[in-house]
Amino acid sequence: MNNIDKNTADLLKQVADFDGISFKGAFNIRSNCMSLGRQSTENIKIDSKTDNPGLDIHIAPGTKGEDVFIPACVTKAGVDDLVYNDFYVGEGADVKIIAGCGIHTETGEPARHNGIHRFFLEKGARVLYVEKHVGTGSNQTKKVIDPQTEVFLGPDSYLEMDTSQLGGVSSSVRKTRGTVGERATLVIKERILTDDDETATTDFEVEMNGEDSGVNLISRSVARGNSYQAYRSNIIGNAKCTGHSECDAILSENGRVDASPELVANDRDAALIHEAAIGKIAGEQILKLRTLGLTEEEAEKAIIDGFLK
Amino acid sequence: MLEIKNLSFSAQGRKILDDINLTIPDGKLICLTGPNGGGKTTLAKMIAGVEKPDEGQILLDGLDLVPLDPTERARAGVGYAFQQPVRFKGITVRDMLNMAAGKTLTEEELASVLQEVGLEAGEYVDRGVGTHLSGGEIKRIEIATVLLRRSRLAVFDEPEAGIDLWSFNNLVRVFENIRDRRDNSLVIISHQERILSIADEIVMIQDGKVGLRGDRKSIFPRLLCKNDDCEKPCM
Repeated sequence: MNNIDKNTADLLKQVADFDGISFKGAFNIRSNCMSLGRQSTENIKIDSKTDNPGLDIHIAPGTKGEDVFIPACVTKAGVDDLVYNDFYVGEGADVKIIAGCGIHTETGEPARHNGIHRFFLEKGARVLYVEKHVGTGSNQTKKVIDPQTEVFLGPDSYLEMDTSQLGGVSSSVRKTRGTVGERATLVIKERILTDDDETATTDFEVEMNGEDSGVNLISRSVARGNSYQAYRSNIIGNAKCTGHSECDAILSENGRVDASPELVANDRDAALIHEAAIGKIAGEQILKLRTLGLTEEEAEKAIIDGFLK
Repeated sequence: MLEIKNLSFSAQGRKILDDINLTIPDGKLICLTGPNGGGKTTLAKMIAGVEKPDEGQILLDGLDLVPLDPTERARAGVGYAFQQPVRFKGITVRDMLNMAAGKTLTEEELASVLQEVGLEAGEYVDRGVGTHLSGGEIKRIEIATVLLRRSRLAVFDEPEAGIDLWSFNNLVRVFENIRDRRDNSLVIISHQERILSIADEIVMIQDGKVGLRGDRKSIFPRLLCKNDDCEKPCM
């Protein structure tokens, strides 16, 4: 694809490991509200929506080991991108979906990407969903990423969402809603690093409606500079199920974190657990690494890198 | 050579170390022993720079370590294994050992150092140095980080704590090997007879002072003495 400029290529590399030439398998590259390239495969069909901007992605039953790349980039100030992507994953399929969004701006008006994704997993389907968000360029210009995700997990299905936002995004509001069916499992791993005056809000609400369903939500965040993060999760058990959420945050400089985890058990066989810890890096951790020859700054970086890994 | 001169330290109105004077020659294995609360761990922390003394000097080959911070001391050749190892979220055994070595270790190097402390690399190398390890396992990782430093002076604070018998025997052999190479000095704080028995010299630290000291042949009978009529420093 020779219609990709350098800023877009750099963002694609960061969010989706783009090699500068193309993606292997099914893909759609979105940049500044337009598609720069698209490819379907025999098992994975990508079509434009007819009622809204965005895509319908159909993954055939039994598809195994294939990847789908759906990255989006904004490289122009003033762009306010809104996209609806629906993923229909057939029975017994087992695939990896790589999404993510990068914004690069140097001057001008705020730039924003709002991706609304819905996942419909049929019986026994398995999906690993990887989503990275980055912002690059001048930190004087506002870069906003507001993802919304809805998941509907059929019986025996499994969805693992691995999401990360490791700097450069001025503001983000992540909203995730889920419905988990019989023996289905939803795993969400979230990593967020905010710095300067950035803000990040995450809001999860998952209902476990099926017998023996499960949710595991793990959030790790670092708030540096004058940044602020708000974390809200609500795990609702409406059947015999297991739910676990873990929210750990490290504070540095003047960073602030507000965590509000909720558990709601509407069935006596719902087993729900929440763990949370917010605080600065333990002094003894810094000391240990310093006795290995690291400086205080190197030790703090190693601890934060490991924490967010 | 490590020379500790007139080292004193007080906390909360209590004298923890009281005018400690001690010389540790190159290539020797010295065991510090004595009753709990006698000041052994505080002395080890002073050497590593984790605590600062009120008075005195700690000289490593003539260089006064006291003004140096823990990073500078590590770079000057001091290794220190904490009595209670620190846990980390997200940092793996591999990460930790690479940081200790100051380079990316090969799989063979990782396996070798983990074998020295009685751990199987395949099972442990990618596990987190957090709640994924038992007390004994994380203790062995702690020891491995210090072994990798190849420090001119390595201080181990109660390395036997939490370690099973098989790994303990292995660890004693590791300390013996380091002792026999005679290319760096070891200070081991221990109450264990097996460790004390491989020391070139045993030093009793009691009530913040250096008490009885000497080679193992002369000290051992005194340490094991049960005679109530004996005066200090029999244990």
